[in-house]
Amino acid sequence: MVSLNDYLIASGLLFAIGFAGVLLRRNVIIIFMALELMLNAANLSLVGFSRYNVHDGLPDYNGQVLVFFIITVAAAEVTVGLAIIVALFRARQTTHVEDINTLKF
Amino acid sequence: MSPILFWIFVAVMLFFGGMVVLNRSPVGSALSLVVSFLALAALYVSLDAYFIGVIQILVYAGAVMVLFLFIIMLLDLRAESRRRVNFPAVCGGFVVIILFIKVLSEVCYSFEGGNAKFPPISQGPQGDVWHVGMILFQQYNVPLQVVGTLILVASIGVVILSKRVLK
Repeated sequence: MVSLNDYLIASGLLFAIGFAGVLLRRNVIIIFMALELMLNAANLSLVGFSRYNVHDGLPDYNGQVLVFFIITVAAAEVTVGLAIIVALFRARQTTHVEDINTLKF
Repeated sequence: MSPILFWIFVAVMLFFGGMVVLNRSPVGSALSLVVSFLALAALYVSLDAYFIGVIQILVYAGAVMVLFLFIIMLLDLRAESRRRVNFPAVCGGFVVIILFIKVLSEVCYSFEGGNAKFPPISQGPQGDVWHVGMILFQQYNVPLQVVGTLILVASIGVVILSKRVLK
């Protein structure tokens, strides 16, 4: 039997993997993909709670609408972020975060 | 969904999520991320969220990942060479991750209702998309317009960002 806790654990592990990716990798594009993994982990727990919270035989669709908005905003974020990465690559010929530390204190 | 299928999809999702982080070549990471998103869409379907599952495949595994692959191939990124890692940062990160998993498991196993079976639902003949659409266009109409404007602004911003010379 699959319960809400199993979905929450799966979502938490996916979030932890994404977080480890942001910490361990030094390539901006891979860091960006790990960020997407973390967003998707949050979405999985939202859909899990939406299915758990049943009213009148219907799941709580507010959670699914929130997931819809998150996916939309994430798509916009990816386009802008990748455009910034392309502009950065044109200026510096690198996507390695340790080569782009002019603003580092 | 049967527990066996659930755990298979969770294992696929976590394995390919790990491959995103561990793979040295960016193209391999991007393709692993596609597989991870497909398994995640299967988990959405197992939660009776058919609309979100389809959107996940169309928008994430389709559009967003094609954009990632396109940019990786445009920039012609090689596999990352091995560099010295920032050891204190990595150790700190792992401490944070382990604490996060510990807190999560404690919260989950002290949450009594979380181990119960999901209550049965009946979506009727209209199905999932009808309900999501009704709530989206009635209750969340203004946020939907705002998000549409946001996407318009993002696409204009991308065009301006990718101009070679800003005037």
